[in-house]
Amino acid sequence: MNSLLFQLLQALLMVLLAPLVAGFLSTIKAHLQNRRGAGIMQPWRDIQKLFAKEVVLADHASWIFRFTPYIVFTATLMAASVVPALLVDTPLSLTADVIALVALLALARFFLSLAGMDIGTAFGGMGSSREMTFSALAEPAMLMSVLVLAIGAHSTNITTMITHTLTTPLLIQPSIAFALVAMLMIAVAETGRIPIDNPTTHLELTMIHEAMLLEYSGRHLALMEWASMVKLLLFTTLIIDLFMPWGIASEASLIGIVLALAIWLFKLMGLLIILAVFETSLAKLRLFEVPQYLGTAFVLSFLGLIIHYMLEVSV
Amino acid sequence: MSAPFAQQIIDGMAALTLLISFALLAQHRMLSVLNWFAAQGLLLAATAAVVAYSSGEYELYISAIMTFLLKGLLLPWMLWRVIRKLHVHREVEPIMNSGLTIMIAIAVTLFAFHVVQPIEVTSDLMTRNSMAIATACVLLSMLMMITRKKAITQVIGFLAVENSLFFAAIGATNGMPLVVEIGIAFDVLIAALIFGLFFFQIRNTFDSMEIDTLNASLIHKDEDE
Amino acid sequence: MNFFLATLLTPLLGGLLLGVIRNPKSAAKLNILTSSLTFIFSLFLAFEVLGKDSVHAMQDWFYLDSYNVFLVSLTAFVGMTTTIFSKPYMQHELEIERVNERRMRLYHSMYQLFQFGMLLGFTSNNIGVLWVSLELATLATVLLVSLYRTPAAIAAAWKYFILCGMGIALALFGTILVFFTSSAVLGHGNEALTWSLLYTHASDLDPTVMGIAFCFLMVGYGTKVGLVPMHAWLPDAHGEGPTPVSAVLSGLLLNLALYALVRFKMLVDGSTHSDMAGHIMMGFGMISLLVAAMSLHKQRDIKRMFSFSSIEHMALMTFAFGIGTPLASFAALLHMTVHSLVKSGIFFTVGHAAQIMGTQKMAEIRGLIYHHPGIGWGLLIGTAAIAGFPPFAVFMSEFLLFTATLESYPWLAVPLLLGLLIAMGGLFRFVQPMVYGETAEHAKAVHVNMTPVYIHFALALLLGLAIPSFLSYWYHQAAALITGGIV
Repeated sequence: MNSLLFQLLQALLMVLLAPLVAGFLSTIKAHLQNRRGAGIMQPWRDIQKLFAKEVVLADHASWIFRFTPYIVFTATLMAASVVPALLVDTPLSLTADVIALVALLALARFFLSLAGMDIGTAFGGMGSSREMTFSALAEPAMLMSVLVLAIGAHSTNITTMITHTLTTPLLIQPSIAFALVAMLMIAVAETGRIPIDNPTTHLELTMIHEAMLLEYSGRHLALMEWASMVKLLLFTTLIIDLFMPWGIASEASLIGIVLALAIWLFKLMGLLIILAVFETSLAKLRLFEVPQYLGTAFVLSFLGLIIHYMLEVSV
Repeated sequence: MSAPFAQQIIDGMAALTLLISFALLAQHRMLSVLNWFAAQGLLLAATAAVVAYSSGEYELYISAIMTFLLKGLLLPWMLWRVIRKLHVHREVEPIMNSGLTIMIAIAVTLFAFHVVQPIEVTSDLMTRNSMAIATACVLLSMLMMITRKKAITQVIGFLAVENSLFFAAIGATNGMPLVVEIGIAFDVLIAALIFGLFFFQIRNTFDSMEIDTLNASLIHKDEDE
Repeated sequence: MNFFLATLLTPLLGGLLLGVIRNPKSAAKLNILTSSLTFIFSLFLAFEVLGKDSVHAMQDWFYLDSYNVFLVSLTAFVGMTTTIFSKPYMQHELEIERVNERRMRLYHSMYQLFQFGMLLGFTSNNIGVLWVSLELATLATVLLVSLYRTPAAIAAAWKYFILCGMGIALALFGTILVFFTSSAVLGHGNEALTWSLLYTHASDLDPTVMGIAFCFLMVGYGTKVGLVPMHAWLPDAHGEGPTPVSAVLSGLLLNLALYALVRFKMLVDGSTHSDMAGHIMMGFGMISLLVAAMSLHKQRDIKRMFSFSSIEHMALMTFAFGIGTPLASFAALLHMTVHSLVKSGIFFTVGHAAQIMGTQKMAEIRGLIYHHPGIGWGLLIGTAAIAGFPPFAVFMSEFLLFTATLESYPWLAVPLLLGLLIAMGGLFRFVQPMVYGETAEHAKAVHVNMTPVYIHFALALLLGLAIPSFLSYWYHQAAALITGGIV
């Protein structure tokens, strides 16, 4: 019962924290670019404002268009709530399977793309086609990268994988380093950050994610934006879980959880700062270079897999 | 440095060597190919030094220093000079598109692993794991020689093969005896000098660095008119 | 006096000295002198070995047994006659300005360094040094092949360099694999690369590793031997290089590569106790034989044509060593000897013929026997000898090989015979009109020296009539050594 309550708390935490994370990221970026920035709370204020606004629907928008924001938000939220953030073993941890996670995200993406095409504007269709092309490359790479860890742990369940990492002695494992780099690259692509996509621009030639959202307004748009913030938090947490889980609480005691929260926030901030530095120093890739970028991530994770077999299995 | 720790370091370097072999295959610009090649040389020297330290084979230090000077500094510098003098630092044109090349490279790596696996169990050296990687690197460098059109990239491929072989020697056997090592290094040096000579001859005779042009002058001899 | 060191160091010193001599005429004389000295020393060395079964020199670094001692003398001998042939030949090339004096200096110097590499390779007891010396010999010949600096010569040299570089890299990998397993048996040092020690400990070596190592060595050294499908470099290098270089490439360098391969085969057989290595060699040999025999018919350049004949004969030897019975090994060793003699003799003749006609195209070489009877007869006799006509020794060795094949693998005798016949047909199809056809108008008078050619053919004839007892003793010994590995 206690842990069930905790599970709910975690889901709530993820949802409430997500806008703050986005705000934190943009503040850091602003600092790096010598701007003052709008402050950490700005995404919250944006969401609030959007909820208060009226929804404007295109005349021929079908039910898909209207339902999509809820589906996307729910799917992302479900994914975020099963990923262990503070506690290794939660009641839903059995469902915290990487493949299920990828499937949830794919579901969200599927509806998002449908919605992009639903209205029939040129930009929406273009965004959907780009999104689908790139995700076809990014998803196998992400699975491959997770597989490197999964093979070591003999499971694709995140909880089992975390436990495995925590219980084995610390070794220099080149395969994991490869998987980590690949995973970081994919996370950047999946959350639509620079150098793949730019969440703050609406430039026709380059936008991917934003192109699909162009026709949305009011609470629909708010949910969509919120979902993408949750997704960013989800990926960061996933990377923390898979590659540096040390500090996560193994049982549901208050002190343990508070400590785990502190460590998790610390790691989260670290990753976000790194991301901000990268986003500031890199230029956005031209669109046709994106497949190459994702291909590199795929090759890296594949190399990680091979190296795992070559160097580490027989040890 | 304890043995398992040294092994981990060597394994890590082996992984990096494999990565560099892939990177060499994927590069498009001549200068970045050269940079990766130099990085490979430096990494080799470092690996030799680590193996020397952990195995107590002090002869390997000499190999490490030789590698550092020859493969890390001298050869890249020579090639860099050639590239600058011949103005060939533009795009490297691969015969196949790079995606296909990388696919083949992955297949080759798996093949190497498959071939070498039965060998690895026979050794009790702590570096034995890198045998498979060394084999893969040798084959990948050969792939690079096959898939490139320019004479200079072929040469870099050739030298990368030598690098991988040296890695095989230090990785799998803690280094060949010093006499052989010096002999090999000497041969590589001579080969590089001859290559350098050839570049200018090819340039003067053919006015191009494409291998196809070279072969064209031989092809008519094979066929009936 | 240490004849061993004298044999080895003479070409090295000669090569260094020739690097500074500017006058091509005196350089050519010094070249002959150096090679003659090397040959004389190698004869003394052979006498020294004749008494004992094997000689170790400089601790264990060098090793002479009945398998390599006659090859050392043979190398030195062909090396010597080639220098005698090359003097007027290269003089003519200088006169028609295909080479200049600087390149003549390079030519002489590299020629001796090549000799040094060859002798070092044959005598070395260390399989690592064997590799290094083969690479050295290759590098020296690369510069020789590109000597004329024509587009075709440079392209041929480049192809030679890249393909052999790749091949020899694989051979090094094979050597590393051998060291990988032998260092577990003989300790991590030079001992683990010392062939004579490896041979005695062959059964302790891991069979899996040795098997994989042999595959790499086969492809690696096989490239150097010129086996199909790794032979692409060989016709080009032979066709575009100066003729003396073609002669030593065909007559000597290919031998060294095959020699190395067989040395490893002995180790592998001792380790795996199976015919695996032999079967691989037989496969490569048979395919190379057939492909080379058929390719012969397509050629239009005389030197390329004879280089395909070299591939064919190397294939025969590889096949024979692959069978591995004492009879087959005997045949292979004899074939190695006479092929070197006859083929270099043929290249000498061909070189002169090409100079007289001013071209290497077979279609334009006509009526040699009317114009230059010496050369015409030389080409005719040489072709008869290499095609395997009795009473020349090639007939002997091919007959022995045929018998050995019938004994062990009767079915393979059919393609073997077929290959030999096709090759013979190809040779005579081209040689007949060159010797007897209508006299060509464009023939020039050239100073020729046919003495080395006649010496080579006479020796081949002698060996065909009667093999001297000491040589047959060595052959028998070596054959026993080669077969000894199979249990």
